[in-house]
Amino acid sequence: MELDKQGSSAIAFRLDPASGVPPYQQIVRQVEDALRLGYLSPGDQLPKVKDVVAALAINPNTVLKAYRELEHKGLAAGRPGLGTFVEAGLDVVPLRDLHSLRRKLVKWLDEADEAGLDDESVSALISSARHEMRSSKRMTAS
Amino acid sequence: MTAVEAQAVGKRYGRTWALRDCTLAVPSGRVVALVGPNGAGKSTLLNMAVGLTTPTTGRLTVLDGTEPGSSTALDGIAFVAQDTPLYPNLSVADTLRLVANLSNRWDEANARQRLADLDIPLGRRVGKLSGGQHAQVALAVALARHPEFLILDEPVARLDPLARHDFMAVLMAAVADEGLSVLLSSHVVAELERVCDYLVVLSRGQVQVAGDVDELVATHRVLTGPAGELDAVASAFDVVHAHSAERQAIALVRITRPVPTPAGWRLDETNLEELVLSYLRAPRASALPGPLGERRAMSA
Repeated sequence: MELDKQGSSAIAFRLDPASGVPPYQQIVRQVEDALRLGYLSPGDQLPKVKDVVAALAINPNTVLKAYRELEHKGLAAGRPGLGTFVEAGLDVVPLRDLHSLRRKLVKWLDEADEAGLDDESVSALISSARHEMRSSKRMTAS
Repeated sequence: MTAVEAQAVGKRYGRTWALRDCTLAVPSGRVVALVGPNGAGKSTLLNMAVGLTTPTTGRLTVLDGTEPGSSTALDGIAFVAQDTPLYPNLSVADTLRLVANLSNRWDEANARQRLADLDIPLGRRVGKLSGGQHAQVALAVALARHPEFLILDEPVARLDPLARHDFMAVLMAAVADEGLSVLLSSHVVAELERVCDYLVVLSRGQVQVAGDVDELVATHRVLTGPAGELDAVASAFDVVHAHSAERQAIALVRITRPVPTPAGWRLDETNLEELVLSYLRAPRASALPGPLGERRAMSA
């Protein structure tokens, strides 16, 4: 196996061009996921902008924008001359809530299956419902 | 602070105008993509910024009003021409020595370090390098002059995907490190989205679109709906370009204020590639910033 060691960063980012999610948001989500999964904890340094840029061949502003967003969310803080560091952990959703949500989802999937929906239709329905929810939230926010 | 400013610039070769009435102000500190079909005038504009050719009409300046080709401009600007021309019979080390002798600013250690990081042997003849290594030598030479403004003409057009990625990675790391302005031309739009934060679209010798990439993407949407209702819906939007099949129509529209989605239609976000292609398909539509008057988008 060939293994490239990427600097001294705790985590590495990847970008999915087909996801439709803007690159800076993909970075924000990957940091949040790393916090949820325990790859990152408060006090850890986020990958240096130059390292991310060199690994992904992306515009430095994209990384800066992602880190600013993380600062805005209170998850990270910049230390001048040093870099950006994890400030707070993410509240992990309690296991009980997860179980309950999962039960409801399985029930719903059963119903969808009985109604004759295939996997793609289910995914399309979920993404369009999420789209609707987000845009109605945006409408009420603005 | 502007990297390039053009006022009503035109360039005529014989009876053909390569550029006509080209007005543009590219802010400094940005990574600017100059895109457009072959023959749109991209190389002409770049050559003018470097001082290799002069406008027939109008005026073009670089680095906050400096005359292209003046010694200040030559010191501050590095140019990587199309197909990254280097002397094939010189070794990499001799190439460095040559540029060192031709430049006022030269950071030999910087060039050597960059080439060592890429495992490019200094003793090898340039003609024996792979396409990716060849391009990297040209980039290393340009960056070792510590330019304030780096101009590249189709830098990755002939490179394979891995070499393209590595080239852009080195370029972006230099931007992160030194904050230089970059202007690069390309006719491959897809790969620019990750790299560029400012877009200039040239079409038939004129500037068709200019602006911040995020802002451009945020102010355009894709409308999808029944073909029969296209005309009615289009009248309520700034339609850049629309295409219609028998039953379904798709239109790229420009949105400058919140608008409700028409009933029975979908309003989706767009991306840089879709946006550029839509404008190129509608040569009479344009999206231009400030001093050229209010932003306008006309249906073609």
